[in-house]
Amino acid sequence: MKRTIASLAVLALACAGAALAADPSKVARGKYLVTVAGCNDCHTPWIVGANGPEPDMTRMLSGHPQDFKVTSPAKTPDEPWIMTASVTNTAWSGPWGVSFTANLTPDPETGLGGWTQRNFTDTIRSGRHHGRGREILPPMPIRMYRNFTDDDLEAIFGYLGTIPVVKNRVPEPLPPAAPVAGK
Amino acid sequence: MNLAVALVASMLAAAVAGATPSIAPLPRWLSDTGYGAPEMQSFTPRYALWSDGAAKRRWIRLPAGTTIDTSNTDAWDFPPGTKLWKEFAFDGPVETRLIERLADGSWRFATYLWLADGSDAELAPEAGLRRLPVSSAPNGRYAVPSRNDCLACHEGPAVPVLGYSAVQLEAPPLPPALGYLHANCGHCHNATGAVAGIDLVLAQSAADPQASARATRASMFGRASRFRSRDGDAARRDHVIVERMHSTNPYTRMPPVGVQVVDREGVALVEAWIRHNSEEISR
Repeated sequence: MKRTIASLAVLALACAGAALAADPSKVARGKYLVTVAGCNDCHTPWIVGANGPEPDMTRMLSGHPQDFKVTSPAKTPDEPWIMTASVTNTAWSGPWGVSFTANLTPDPETGLGGWTQRNFTDTIRSGRHHGRGREILPPMPIRMYRNFTDDDLEAIFGYLGTIPVVKNRVPEPLPPAAPVAGK
Repeated sequence: MNLAVALVASMLAAAVAGATPSIAPLPRWLSDTGYGAPEMQSFTPRYALWSDGAAKRRWIRLPAGTTIDTSNTDAWDFPPGTKLWKEFAFDGPVETRLIERLADGSWRFATYLWLADGSDAELAPEAGLRRLPVSSAPNGRYAVPSRNDCLACHEGPAVPVLGYSAVQLEAPPLPPALGYLHANCGHCHNATGAVAGIDLVLAQSAADPQASARATRASMFGRASRFRSRDGDAARRDHVIVERMHSTNPYTRMPPVGVQVVDREGVALVEAWIRHNSEEISR
């Protein structure tokens, strides 16, 4: 019994710590920004619901589903068309190859759980993973999103740290089928 | 299709624009940066960064009467006013990059593109140039880095000067593969930089080379390593590092900046070292 009380006390302290770490007004602001910036449009897989295609919020912001295998770019459309989207709206094929939307949930292995605020801010600002890795590919509107303020990016990253964890390993992007093309 | 290519190229180019404004404007011409002055001292680091086979030359110039504070062996403190230049050439100079320490202690980065007649070089656009036609470069094109690309590598370690350090110039030589990993990967993959969370430590220390070599082995082959093979062979030959170095997929290859062509000698060196470790570990 004593052990249970002690455990509860530790749990209560841990919860208090977590609450202090995640400022509720900042998290709410982050949720608002994520909602109106359209993150769910591509980072949440779409399904056909009662009213037609809609984001499957049970897999909110978990990126391109790992079980939905895409192995090659789509057939290049004739002009004036340029891009092709998968039925989930999470895979995009174009002259750059195929891009897959990232898992933004706080899963430490497959999402942003291992990322720091700096990693997130550097990514959005530079258009490269962690600010230094590969480029973020179309259709991510990085040239607009880089204009978020530091406060906005902190609110967004803070909110993303509170959403349900989804373990989903998004594949690496595919290069273009033909040499040259987008790179 | 040309329209599509142009649109995507512009989308990608825009992704690297934008950097911190500098204190004073950079000179338009390389000749106005102090380049060519007799005080420039050339140097050659022991372990070179692979740059698609470009021929490279490097120089440093300290302000008169100043010295480098080397009391921290692994993070030399350069005096304000220090300038370093690095020339990249394919049958003639293409660009000369400049790193400068400003009076307030901050650093700035720029690159200058050589005129066809070789008389001078002109400041490159801040967003870089993705496809500068250079007939003798691989695939006939050359990527000039954006200012953000400069930061991608040079902002990683404690000091942004990568080639002029104790490891590169003074310390006892490292095993070649560790030197290679240090020079080509360690500026991002180290224990303290922005991507320390990846848990891959490839930077080497002149102060304690045994400890840094141990950290590298642990991060690549140790029991807790995320890069250790799941099939039980701790250091199998197709280690993810070799896969990434071998990759020609621009989205997965490493390093992610400044490389179009696989460095076959470098890959062979690292591969042989991994094989050696594999044998050591399985004994």
